[in-house]
Amino acid sequence: MKKFCTLMILALFVAAPVAMATPATDALLAKYKAEGVTKIDAAKAKSDWTKEAKGEDGEPIACSTCHGTDFSKAGKHRKTHKVIDPMSTRVNTERFTDEKKIEKWFKRNCNDAWGRECTSQEKADFLTFLLAQ
Amino acid sequence: MTKILSVAALLATTLAFSGGATASEDVGDAIFSISRQKEIVPVDNKQYKEECGSCHFAYQPGLLPSKSWEKLLTAEALSKHFGENAELDKDTLKVIHDYAIDNAADKSFHKRSRKIAIATEHVEAPLRITEVRYIKRKHHEIPAKMIKGNKDVKSLSYCDACHTQANKGVFDSDTVKIPNFPDWDD
Repeated sequence: MKKFCTLMILALFVAAPVAMATPATDALLAKYKAEGVTKIDAAKAKSDWTKEAKGEDGEPIACSTCHGTDFSKAGKHRKTHKVIDPMSTRVNTERFTDEKKIEKWFKRNCNDAWGRECTSQEKADFLTFLLAQ
Repeated sequence: MTKILSVAALLATTLAFSGGATASEDVGDAIFSISRQKEIVPVDNKQYKEECGSCHFAYQPGLLPSKSWEKLLTAEALSKHFGENAELDKDTLKVIHDYAIDNAADKSFHKRSRKIAIATEHVEAPLRITEVRYIKRKHHEIPAKMIKGNKDVKSLSYCDACHTQANKGVFDSDTVKIPNFPDWDD
């Protein structure tokens, strides 16, 4: 029995991140790999999430400025104050289900926060990190 | 001669009658729609609502003249949309651009849109709705503490912070509720 429990817990750990993936994220991660990404670094995405850069208006900005750090909670756009639905696919089943939408927002948000587009490596890292939340 | 006259008379009567019928329908339509056309046409384009509304209040096209939308809704302009990257793919941009132009203030017969169109007719195209003279004048008497200094409003840009039916295109003062100032009355 004990062995079974351990196995179950282990299975949960292994299965959890996979379970949160969507067909859209599978397709995107495959695309990033085809673009040369070999090793995904979710830990780097975690630290990048709160890494502040200088925004266009001179104010510091990071991903977390609008999205927050509690992924189960809604965020808020720093300028328009529009509510941003939670990033976690556990509480927001709409999240990461549309490939085009994911790429659209990567493009916009990387430009806004970092003044450039993100690389395939960075996108793969972020996506993997966020899917595990 | 009598024959010609009577034909002419018949023709005239027919014309007058048909003309009369059309005119009375027009009048009926006009009277009916005057009551409906006081405000701003609500957004009825799904893509417009979704794309614009994912970042901010989906301002109705009738809040700005077409010359303003022409400036705002280009690929170049959207990449620096008030300091934010709001790029759209080509097809989506065309839908949103065309919808905004077709329903701009100067194309509308709704009261507020007409006023906006007139207020912007002879000036350079405003990029912000809050720069439109008519909009400024309408909010002129509201003290700063109720807008700028109000933590739940902060700026005139957040239409729906006070205009409770803004998404329906209704900006009538009866529908205004200023957060933290329940006693405010126009």
